[in-house]
Amino acid sequence: MMRTTQMAALALLAALALPARAQVAVRGETVYTMNGAPLRDGIVLIGADGKIARVGAASDVAIPAGVPVLRAKVVTPGLIDAHSTVGLSGWLNQTQDQDQLETSAPIQPELRALDAYNAQDRLVAWVRGFGVTTLHTGHAPGAVVSGETLVVKTRGDTVDAAVVVPRAMVAATLGPAAKAADGKSPGTRAKVVALLRAELVKAQEFARKRANPSPEPGKEPEANLRSEALARVLAREVPLLVTVERAQDILTALRLAQEFGFKLVLDSAAEGYLVTDAIKRAGVPVIVHATMARQVGERENASFENASKLRMAGIPIALQSGFEAYVPKTRVVVLEAAIAAANGLTFEQALASITIDAARLLGLEARLGALAPGKDGDVALYDGDPFEFTSHCVGVVIDGQVVEREAR
Amino acid sequence: MKMRCLAAVLLAGALGSHAQERPQAFLGARLLPISGPEIADGVLIVQRGKIVAVGPRSSVRIPADALRHDVTGSVLMPGLVDTHSHIGGPEGADSSAPIQPEVRVLDSIDVRDARLQKAQAGGITTVNVMPGSGHLLSGQTVYLKLRDRTTIEELLLTNEKGLYGGLKMANGTNSRRAAPFPGTRGKSAALVREQFVKAQEYRRKWAEAGDDAKKRPARDLGLEALVEVLEGRRIVHHHTHRHDDVLTVLRLAKEFGFRVVLHHVSDAAKVAKEIAAARVPCSLIVVDSPGGKLEATGMDWGAAAALKRAGGTLAFHTDDGIVDSRFLFRAAALAVRAGLDRQSALEALTLAGARMLDLGTRVGSLETGKDADFVLLSGDPFSTYTRVLQTWVEGEPVFDRERPQDRLYATGGFGASHDQPGDVHVDEESER
Repeated sequence: MMRTTQMAALALLAALALPARAQVAVRGETVYTMNGAPLRDGIVLIGADGKIARVGAASDVAIPAGVPVLRAKVVTPGLIDAHSTVGLSGWLNQTQDQDQLETSAPIQPELRALDAYNAQDRLVAWVRGFGVTTLHTGHAPGAVVSGETLVVKTRGDTVDAAVVVPRAMVAATLGPAAKAADGKSPGTRAKVVALLRAELVKAQEFARKRANPSPEPGKEPEANLRSEALARVLAREVPLLVTVERAQDILTALRLAQEFGFKLVLDSAAEGYLVTDAIKRAGVPVIVHATMARQVGERENASFENASKLRMAGIPIALQSGFEAYVPKTRVVVLEAAIAAANGLTFEQALASITIDAARLLGLEARLGALAPGKDGDVALYDGDPFEFTSHCVGVVIDGQVVEREAR
Repeated sequence: MKMRCLAAVLLAGALGSHAQERPQAFLGARLLPISGPEIADGVLIVQRGKIVAVGPRSSVRIPADALRHDVTGSVLMPGLVDTHSHIGGPEGADSSAPIQPEVRVLDSIDVRDARLQKAQAGGITTVNVMPGSGHLLSGQTVYLKLRDRTTIEELLLTNEKGLYGGLKMANGTNSRRAAPFPGTRGKSAALVREQFVKAQEYRRKWAEAGDDAKKRPARDLGLEALVEVLEGRRIVHHHTHRHDDVLTVLRLAKEFGFRVVLHHVSDAAKVAKEIAAARVPCSLIVVDSPGGKLEATGMDWGAAAALKRAGGTLAFHTDDGIVDSRFLFRAAALAVRAGLDRQSALEALTLAGARMLDLGTRVGSLETGKDADFVLLSGDPFSTYTRVLQTWVEGEPVFDRERPQDRLYATGGFGASHDQPGDVHVDEESER
């Protein structure tokens, strides 16, 4: 009796929580909510506000009359690519559409991804066609500090329509990739670090002066966009995203993070599996290189099993498509997760690395990465296991808008 | 030239079949012979590096002295043929001229390059190693069998025309550079045409001279290679992407009567009818996104299916390092995703590619008399989760995922890209 009353009360509450109008429903034979066990014959109901209203078994969730229903064999949250350069590194790969790396100076954190992101680049729509709804993208590896990153949805014709987080992280690189060309400085590993350390010290000084302005008029610290951007890192407002491959460079990044107290996100980390203890001890997450990233140069020791070895060591990970200088101009993160799933990650771990775990790594788990009431209505639909080469993405919904219906 | 080939044949023959008098029987796999229908519970018998019997368990007699390998539960198919690769770090023509047919990658390949082992880990047993596409003609390619050996001569694979390589050509954007390279597409074709006219002339003069040594023109190694092309013995492997560039290749091939395989062919779907009508085969690349350069903006996973529908012939390649050799199966799987039928996709990984190298009578299918080159898979060839368990070349296991070093090549990891320090030949007879 008691139990029935409670259930009735819960049902009433649920009904009250329903928005005035639902705009679309997605029904899947299997729904991976990333918020508890997968649902068999599940429904995701998205409200007129573009947020998820209800998620549950078809027997529990009624679809209001007149609401369009998309059906698929497999349904997942919209996928998150935890690190890309799409929108800055244009698909034509010609000088005029390559905005991911400015080489005029080694340290330029004042470059904002917001000022460079091209929402209409063909590769945005390309990755969206595979179910990718969110990109963490921006300035590429290749300079000591190349600029800022941002988080966008893969819909909207302008950066303003697409943006989720306008200033997400500051992108840095250690190791040979950060060296300048043509014999210019920095020319060694140690010099790369020395330059970065000097700039961080400058930013510390800038922040100190700003916090304690001199009482004398006219002695306020001058505006300095470069130091301002790094001061945000030092204040732990945004992480420093440090691209490194070799074990020695990973340890250098950890050393710098300890020295300056910034929030560190390790990026790529091809030899991460060699130093899992140190990464774990530092409590640092890793956005692991594309699983199929070429195993050459600084990545000659990269392993398809890197993601699984880091995950097994208890290190928070997400997967990425990464930066590609040539063909293919971008990878697709679900295809990278597929190879990780075939090399040690379980299906659900691999899926988490491009949904909920990626959202957590970006600090966006309240909004993205899972199918649960209140979260953004971002959903991907597949006609089979999304990691099978021969499956297709058959639909994509972003903020409740159906943006793809063609099978790819 | 002929002497050199003959020596290579003898050498390859002597090495390829050593100490395999005892037949080996592989029992219980699902066999994909390519040349015929799938066999659910099959038997493959190999001896002296060749396939001596293949068929259902019920109909193949297993020799009493055969070394038996129980491979129940696995899928057994021919070793893959990669029709376009750069493993071994081949160096072709230099920047001195856009056309250099005398240059041979044979003289530049590091056979201890770990990428050869990675290719074995990807199930590849035959490979066409090519110079790059930055020239209209960047040199002579080389056909290799991925035996565990340490000299290039021991890897050479001589084809039905007595050659172990083709000729690499390119048009489109890669070969357009500062002089002496062409600056336009029209100039690119003009330079090629000019060169082939020269070769025709050279060939005529040699023919006219007959046995009169005094009348013969001075030997020209580049023109000799082009004469082999004009005589239909050496195949042109032609980098080409954009629809109009593809048609330019077909035009030149017709004009000079040379045999050509189109490589990459991003725009194949747009000119599938013309390609099929010219009876010119295509070796396709499948990459993760279009673009990356202007000529590849049309890249389309549906190219293979479109060619098939038009009646064309197709194979896949890795172009390693563009695609890693361990993902050649994936190329075919993505083409299946975009509409290609499974049988054509399997053929495109094996027999179709072999034919494009004039090697179709020797490799590419499980048939009696063919080389005992095959792979054992853990499951469906087109599944993400399937692993290459073993790769065999001429009756010898060259990759076995159970061996720690081979597993390293399969997954990558510390040291997986280092050159082979010593003799990589595995001498033991398989214990399986």
